Amino acid sequence: MARLRGTGMAAVNYPTGMNLGGDPSQALVHATTSGSFIVTLSATDLGQGLRTVIGQIAAETLGVAYEEVVIDTADTDTGPHDMGTFASRATHRVGNAVKAAALEAREAVLELAAEELEAAVEDLVTDGHGNVLVNGVPSRSLRIADLASRAQFQYGRTIAGRGSFMKPKSGVDPETGAMDPDSTEAHACTIAEVEVDTETGEVAVLSIRSAYEVGRQVNPALVRGQIVGGAWMGMSHALYETTEPYYPSRDHSPKDFAEYLMPGPREVPEIDCVVLEMPSSNGPYGVKGVGEMTANSPIPAIVNAIYHACGVRIDSLPVTPEAILRGLDALA
Amino acid sequence: MTTELHVVGQSVARSDGVGSVTGRSLFTADRSFPGMLHLKMVRSPVHHALLKGVDLSEAEKVRGFVRALTHADVPHNVYTILGLIGVEPEEEFVLAVDRVRYKGEPIVAILAETEAAAMEAVSKVRLDLEELPAVFDVEEALQPGAPVVTHWGNNTFMFEGHNCRRVRYGDVEQGFAEADHIVEGVYSTSPIEQAPLETTGCIALPEANGRYTVYTNTQALYFSLDNTSIILQVPGNRLHFIGGMVGGGFGGKVDVIVEPLATLGAMKTNRPVRYVYSRSEEMQVSSTRSAWKIRVKDGVTSDGRIIARKVTSYADSGAYSRQTPYALTKHAANAAGPYAIPNVWIDAYCVYTNRTPTSAMRGFGVTMASFAIEVQMDRIAERVGVDPWTIRFLNAYRNGDIKPHRKPAEDATLIETMQAAAVLVGHDLPEAFKAMTSDPRPTQEGGR
Repeated sequence: MARLRGTGMAAVNYPTGMNLGGDPSQALVHATTSGSFIVTLSATDLGQGLRTVIGQIAAETLGVAYEEVVIDTADTDTGPHDMGTFASRATHRVGNAVKAAALEAREAVLELAAEELEAAVEDLVTDGHGNVLVNGVPSRSLRIADLASRAQFQYGRTIAGRGSFMKPKSGVDPETGAMDPDSTEAHACTIAEVEVDTETGEVAVLSIRSAYEVGRQVNPALVRGQIVGGAWMGMSHALYETTEPYYPSRDHSPKDFAEYLMPGPREVPEIDCVVLEMPSSNGPYGVKGVGEMTANSPIPAIVNAIYHACGVRIDSLPVTPEAILRGLDALA
Repeated sequence: MTTELHVVGQSVARSDGVGSVTGRSLFTADRSFPGMLHLKMVRSPVHHALLKGVDLSEAEKVRGFVRALTHADVPHNVYTILGLIGVEPEEEFVLAVDRVRYKGEPIVAILAETEAAAMEAVSKVRLDLEELPAVFDVEEALQPGAPVVTHWGNNTFMFEGHNCRRVRYGDVEQGFAEADHIVEGVYSTSPIEQAPLETTGCIALPEANGRYTVYTNTQALYFSLDNTSIILQVPGNRLHFIGGMVGGGFGGKVDVIVEPLATLGAMKTNRPVRYVYSRSEEMQVSSTRSAWKIRVKDGVTSDGRIIARKVTSYADSGAYSRQTPYALTKHAANAAGPYAIPNVWIDAYCVYTNRTPTSAMRGFGVTMASFAIEVQMDRIAERVGVDPWTIRFLNAYRNGDIKPHRKPAEDATLIETMQAAAVLVGHDLPEAFKAMTSDPRPTQEGGR
């Protein structure tokens, strides 16, 4: 009996978007009297940080500080239509819609600034800190907050924008499968290291190390959070989880987290990653998306590492200790 | 606009972080309203049966019982979630009529003053059921004579006249004939729960102006509103859906199950109605990730080029298809993997069985394709006698390659990602692989 170590790899792509049914997202942006900007959406944040990255995209486009942007999500009376938060689509689709809305609001700011500064709109820039400047003449500048206030109390104008992004519906040829099902592709390559206990059949994952290429990262800490969480989920799918442990039998189904197996803190391996950024052509600031894909490559990497460690080729998930022991018996 | 970025690319603190880690974020089920009723569901105790009668007489005597909702109360009781994007036929029963197709299928909704009263009343509903043979295995469900799950008489979802989603690219049999090795594998997986910390739920409130406000943790507010509008046959402008904080989705909150019945309850009683899944309902009744069976057959040359790939996949949809047909199409678009293969044949079946319906989950149709293909790649490497890195670099797709679904690859970076991974783990690649890029192939090679 022994503890055998092995490494395995996997490389994957992952598509962004769900446009086989049409895939629209819309956003509205308007300025308050104090120069903050409200972004109004019906899109919902699942806890992955949509509000945060949308706020970053809006602030970047408007040229104001992140703190000046308020994200009002998830209300069908106020927020314009959004398809939903799934298919790794939200940062890409909603981000594009918000960027378009913010650009329209930005135009309204710049038109007003152009009148007050007696300059052409094309000659104006923003500094990312809430100021509009004449390009190359930093002394000629105005605060966006002041412009927003004057727009409302002096000029009676709106500082507002509407934004929409939609990749049109792609049909699927029923004979050949010809289709255009997505907007862009992100990629990952994972190397997992495992230790197989040949007496108990248990598999310990020692490390999950991955390279990701996800286009522009809007918020690297949130991207890393997805990668670390996804590595855990992938490991859990590979070795632990199922609602039907004797599938296709429906017997012995777990009903709570005491019966539904998942790795706990003691089982979590070393998780490391490096993230490349090769911007997409069609996402906001080159975004691709990293929502769903992070659980994918760890699964086959772990299964391949098990084979490398002990010679048991696994074809069925989850990889239970019983499956390992039966595999070892078959080799003996 | 300046090209320098100021806040995109910065790790600003997430806006809901402090609220959630200090327990102050308000989730759907944290809300409570005066007069709020609790909805609990009478569910099928068996996998497949004729429903011959429902006796509510004892349940109605439970202190706190307010009323029951049956299929007769639901204006449009048979629907399909993806009907919004044109998917047919309508197939799922909001509440069972005369047959149940999976253990846990909703039959009667009980509305009561307290959760305990609702549960007690549920336990006192008597069902007259005549059990039918059930089918659980996807390949068995496709055999002649298997129990038929759907009300329209077929155990496969029909994709525009075909019983599977097809991809046909090149000539796969010719590829096998020219190959030096044939490598085959059969991969299978079991259903998996999305396991959000917060279970699926909503609260529907009647408003004084005749509208209904629905607090919900759905992943898609308009998807839920529009389906509720169809099921209840009320104009969309009478519905106001509000989300906000969601305690994880992972695909488990894209079905529209709780909102229509909670709203119907609010309409019938003129009181707020709360319908929130227990953990056991979340795990056993709410949709899971489909179980998959994936057969892969590859034709490979002696130098490691994959020249033909045939994939036959079965997703176990359970009793209703929900979002699974979409998963099959997405699966078909990705089942050849991120590799340049000149001949590909894919048949992907959405199969009905007598189990909990399956639906969306993170990686929707792709996660299990990646499992099958990436284990298969190692099988091929072993057969050909090269290492796992080599087989992937040799076959990696590049920009301009035509994918099997006939879309030219753009934004391909598999090669660069593998190079970065090799650096990360200290694996020294051969110079030829270090020098590769995802740039389009020279035109003389472009036909791959």
